[in-house]
Order: sequence, then structure tokens, then C-alpha cells
Amino acid sequence: MKVNIGKKILLANEEYALKNKQLLAEKKKLCLNMISSPGSGKTSILYRTICDLKDKIKIGVIEGDIQTDIDAERIRATKAPAIQVNTDGACHLSAAQVNKALENLPINELDLVFIENVGNLVCPSDFELGENAKVVVLSVAEGDDKPVKYPSIFAKSEVLLINKIDFLSAGAQVNFDIERVKIDARKLNKDIKIFPISATTGEGMTDWYDWLIESINNSQGN
Amino acid sequence: MHETMVAQSLLEMISAEAAKRNARPIGAKISCGMLNPVNDEILSFAFGAIAKSTVCEDLKLEIEHKPMNGQCKNCDSTFELELSHLVCPKCDGKDFELLPNEPLTLEEIEFQTE
Repeated sequence: MKVNIGKKILLANEEYALKNKQLLAEKKKLCLNMISSPGSGKTSILYRTICDLKDKIKIGVIEGDIQTDIDAERIRATKAPAIQVNTDGACHLSAAQVNKALENLPINELDLVFIENVGNLVCPSDFELGENAKVVVLSVAEGDDKPVKYPSIFAKSEVLLINKIDFLSAGAQVNFDIERVKIDARKLNKDIKIFPISATTGEGMTDWYDWLIESINNSQGN
Repeated sequence: MHETMVAQSLLEMISAEAAKRNARPIGAKISCGMLNPVNDEILSFAFGAIAKSTVCEDLKLEIEHKPMNGQCKNCDSTFELELSHLVCPKCDGKDFELLPNEPLTLEEIEFQTE
């Protein structure tokens, strides 16, 4: 006897994601889920963003890593609140983990919550955390074929940050055609916003900051 | 990588449905879209391993991969997207709208009939 079920398999995660979304909406906070492979510069981007915008907006961070609190310590050096979540081997953050971390952040004092997901271009794209948008980071050293090889995250993200562009202007031997990345990403996601940046030199960061501030204003209903 | 988590979630869902009906599940059909695919072999292996000594032991999993569809903005036709070749097969148009991705879904359970 066959019985129709028609239920989402990751429903338990989605229920928590919905709780997080409701909490963030109620408090009018913007929440961004940063996803990339390890070493693309997520923490460096956050560090620079927090320092450069410290007089304009208050940022809190949820740091996801398999082990250690190295990243949360780096963020705390900026005086921004950071909660470290260790996944103990799991390859992505779950909405339940984010729910608990949100309870430990001084959310009423913040304008923006960044979730820095576990470094992984695959699994985190399948797990909604309740964020307003996903931000995918790709650094030039990783190669320009990544949107084609890992389509899911590029299709689901609102913003693509192409980091370490100072490598290109410094003439480093990296095979990276920035136009190819833009074309391939837009085939999967025609509205994706693309900001080529360097978290080291600060090049291109202003456009990213403008987008952040505009998005915060939108979430606060200004 | 998270096939084991999907397997765990599936085991809980199927066991709950089985308990409700007081019946033994022998097969289940799940489906997934191209933007959240699961690997058939790894998922079946993981499910088989955790289902041992449960009501789901020896249950046969069938996994349907649903294509990603696009709608061409030039000729309006709907077509299955090939990720390595993103053009409309009818008019070679490159401007298209991605249609919603199918979520990972438990579609159907087959129970043993007494």
C-alpha cells in the first residue's frame, strides 16, 4: 500500500529558520549569511567592515567553525560582540544553532547580524538559517570556474563578493577571469549584486558598504 | 556530506508515519531539485546503516532527481536547464528566468500489506 506524504525532509531545520526570521523581523534587524570555501577571506571582510563602519552601524557576529574560537576572537578584537558556534565536525550551521546564538547576542543594540558559516561552498547552501540574504564570497585564487561547479550557492545568494582582487592588480599568477565569473553567476541569478573587493587594501569596499547601509535602512523600514 | 543528516531525518519521518498506521514500511520515494541534490549511493548506504534494527530495516529508498527548469525570455518556452550549457534549446536565447527549485521532499511511503 502506497501512501502520499509530500513533506519536506529538512522541515525541522526550516521550523527553526522561521523562528529566527520572525525574531529578526520583529526586532527589525538585518541578518546576512556569509558562505564560501575555507580561506576566501570571510573573517577578514567582516573585520574590515566592522572597523570601517563602526561609527555608522552596530554589527554582531555568529561565527561557525568546526573547531576553535579563533574567528570569534578576531572579531572581538574590534569590540563587536561575537558568538562562536563549534559544529564539531558538521559541515554547516543549522538554524537551531543560530537560534541559540541569537539568544546570546545583545540583539537590541545591533543593526546587523552576520552569520559566518562553516567554510564550505556546498552544504551550507541547503540549510536556511532565517537570514534575510545569503552573501557568497569567492576569492580570485580559487579559480573562475566556481559558479559553474557550485551552482547552488550562486543561484541562492543575493550578493557575490569577489575578494582578493589586489592579487590581480599586483600581477599574481592566478588564472581568474572576473568577467567570466560575473557572466556565469548572472546566468544562474540575474539579479545577483557583484562587488569585486579586497579586504586587505580596502579596494571596492565602499560599494559593499553602501549596499549594507541601504539594506539596513530597508529592514528598519526607513 | 549531509546525507547522513538527511537519512536521520528520513528515518524519523518514516518511523513516525509507520507508528501512526501500525504498519511496516518497505519502500519510500523521495525527490530533490538540482540545487539541493543528494547522492543516491551515499544516502542509501547511510539510511541502511542507521535503519538497522528499526522498523525501517531493509526499506528500499527510491530517489528522484527533478530537473531545474528555465523559461526563455525571448521565445517564452520552458525547458530543462543543463548547468554546463545554459541556453534555450529552441532559440539559443541566453536570457531566461530560473523556475523555482524543488525542495528535498519525502513523496511517498509504501507499507507492507498484511
